[in-house]
Amino acid sequence: MRVALMATCVNDAMFPETPKAVLRLLRRLGIDVDFPEAQTCCGQPMVNTGYLDEAVPAVRTYVDAFAGYDAIVTPSGSCAGSARHQHTLVARRSGDPALERAVEQTSPRTYELSEFLVDVVGVADVGAYFPHRVTYHPTCHSLRMLGVGDRPYQLLRAVRGLTLVDLPAASECCGFGGTFAMKNADTSVAMGADKARHVRDTSAEVLVAGDNSCLMHIGGLLSRERSGVRVMHLAEILAQTEDEPAVRI
Amino acid sequence: MTARGAVVHWARDAADANRVIVDVARTHAVDEVVKVKSMVTQEIDLNGALADAGIAAWETDLAELIVQLGDDLPSHILVPAIHRNRAEIREIFLRRMHEVGRPAPTELTDEPVVLAAAAREHLREKFLRARMAVSGANFAVADTGTLVVVESEGNGRMCLTLPEVLVSVVGIEKVVPTFAELDSLLRLLPRSSTGERMNPYTSMWTGVTPGDGPQEVHVVLLDNGRTRALADEVGRQALRCIRCSACLNVCPVYERVGGHAYGSVYPGPIGAILNPLLKGTGDPQTDSLPYASSLCGACFEVCPVRIDIPEVLVHLRTQVVDARRDDSVPKPEAVAMRAAGYAFGNARRLRWAERVSGLAGRALTRFGRSRLPGGRAAAGRLPGPGAAWTGARDLPAPPRESFRAWWRRTKGGRVDE
Ligand code: SF4
Repeated sequence: MRVALMATCVNDAMFPETPKAVLRLLRRLGIDVDFPEAQTCCGQPMVNTGYLDEAVPAVRTYVDAFAGYDAIVTPSGSCAGSARHQHTLVARRSGDPALERAVEQTSPRTYELSEFLVDVVGVADVGAYFPHRVTYHPTCHSLRMLGVGDRPYQLLRAVRGLTLVDLPAASECCGFGGTFAMKNADTSVAMGADKARHVRDTSAEVLVAGDNSCLMHIGGLLSRERSGVRVMHLAEILAQTEDEPAVRI
Repeated sequence: MTARGAVVHWARDAADANRVIVDVARTHAVDEVVKVKSMVTQEIDLNGALADAGIAAWETDLAELIVQLGDDLPSHILVPAIHRNRAEIREIFLRRMHEVGRPAPTELTDEPVVLAAAAREHLREKFLRARMAVSGANFAVADTGTLVVVESEGNGRMCLTLPEVLVSVVGIEKVVPTFAELDSLLRLLPRSSTGERMNPYTSMWTGVTPGDGPQEVHVVLLDNGRTRALADEVGRQALRCIRCSACLNVCPVYERVGGHAYGSVYPGPIGAILNPLLKGTGDPQTDSLPYASSLCGACFEVCPVRIDIPEVLVHLRTQVVDARRDDSVPKPEAVAMRAAGYAFGNARRLRWAERVSGLAGRALTRFGRSRLPGGRAAAGRLPGPGAAWTGARDLPAPPRESFRAWWRRTKGGRVDE
């Protein structure tokens, strides 16, 4: 099986440790994963703000970069959701039937990390070790757009040493919402502040999620509040083992 | 409807509808009407049109009454006065009831039963006196010409049966083919709106019944943008809405900004799509509504008639953007999106953009010099556009090396760092 890593533009530019963790994790599981260097972005920032024409180049680049792979795995529920549910809209709007056909090929092969591990690789226990108190925030797009269900919980419960504590009102949106976080900053912050409060209520050391964008928002609030809670991507926890505690490749 | 003795009017817009209703009132020389289920009449500002014609309109739903007496606007579809507490309601009753009818008792307390009893006395006088009523309808059944109102107080039934003349204003999207469809909708509505298995009062009326109820019945079938919404292939699903308000109740944005922020009778997620669909783009307030969402999808999850609100929101955002594509001075956002679209067009351009951001990041950290838990450098408060983010949130500084640069340098982690 030819597997490609879709790093996402946010991870590529802001959180490179996350795609590195995905590489380390998948290689440990015996999966050779490629990073097609031609990739850029799923196009979601433009689509969600209403700039469909501006998203066309991103979608075109996506289908070109990932053509020929059996699976495209990405550490982002929201980008996987975009590839699966929005690329068709963009392609249709472009009026290019070839692009539409290409999207039909790549969209269904795009998997969010927890889906890929549980459904495609067929593992819940990835041999990770992380001796900390952790709480999990199911990001909206993982939860509702993709329906990842309890897959992230399955993975976290199998991590040795990890104590998983329930996050109150877990399914409520953190308020990130892409450009929403800037366009409606006050509302976004009000939502995030409640999320941060729930996180603090768990007295977890680490907040984990499958989307660094949401974590950047909640983590930015937790940090401003001097809460001491650290945010980490699911991939970074799953990549750590007793022998190699730090994420380094 | 006509066969059963009702007079049917078509109203293209608010002005048409208001004209019909004012004419009926004038024909009967009434100077007041009682009203129930009045969301659609709020939409067309019937009360304003009646007031201009010297006719007083009395809201009879308890919450609508509170809103009306408080010179206020509804803030929720189902519970229009949810933004008022009982102390405020007591104060409103004491201050206003005597000006418009039976006064509130002087010993009025803010106990809910006492307040309800005062409203009941106040309204009863109006029910018994009014000769004309105006109602909305939850549904209209096509094959029998029946109109349906679902409510929980019984005031609707008083409006529908006591006066001599009844005018029902019905949005054309309310029509269902037969009683079979009505059956499921009548079960869906209370479950999704109040969590009840069945609502306390369901009233149905079909034209005129001699000797029973209003002897003159008018039905105003209202378009007011509904055919425009219907013409929108993605947006038309919003017309399925049964106004259960479930989407409002789960919406984290509505929860924080309240109903008035939406600037219309239909607030919350459904309001954010329905208003632009009915009115079209161009007005700044309406154009802002599709953006009043984080696209979390909670509304779609609860909607009993499966309206994909996030999908329609994105679709309407596209319309807002498209309407301004030819602006001679594009918005800064449009410029940024074009730039992003260009950078994402190929990886080489993106690599370059990331290098610039890495450099900018190093400059940024000088503003804050804070560290995130875990040790990463962060920017504190930034000036300019960055302030929208950093007013309340720290921002991680961009890393020294992007992932793709690392991949190139280490050949995918295969050579030493
Ligand atoms: S959009 Fe759906 S959930 Fe919202 S009020 Fe209408 S029917 Fe209810």
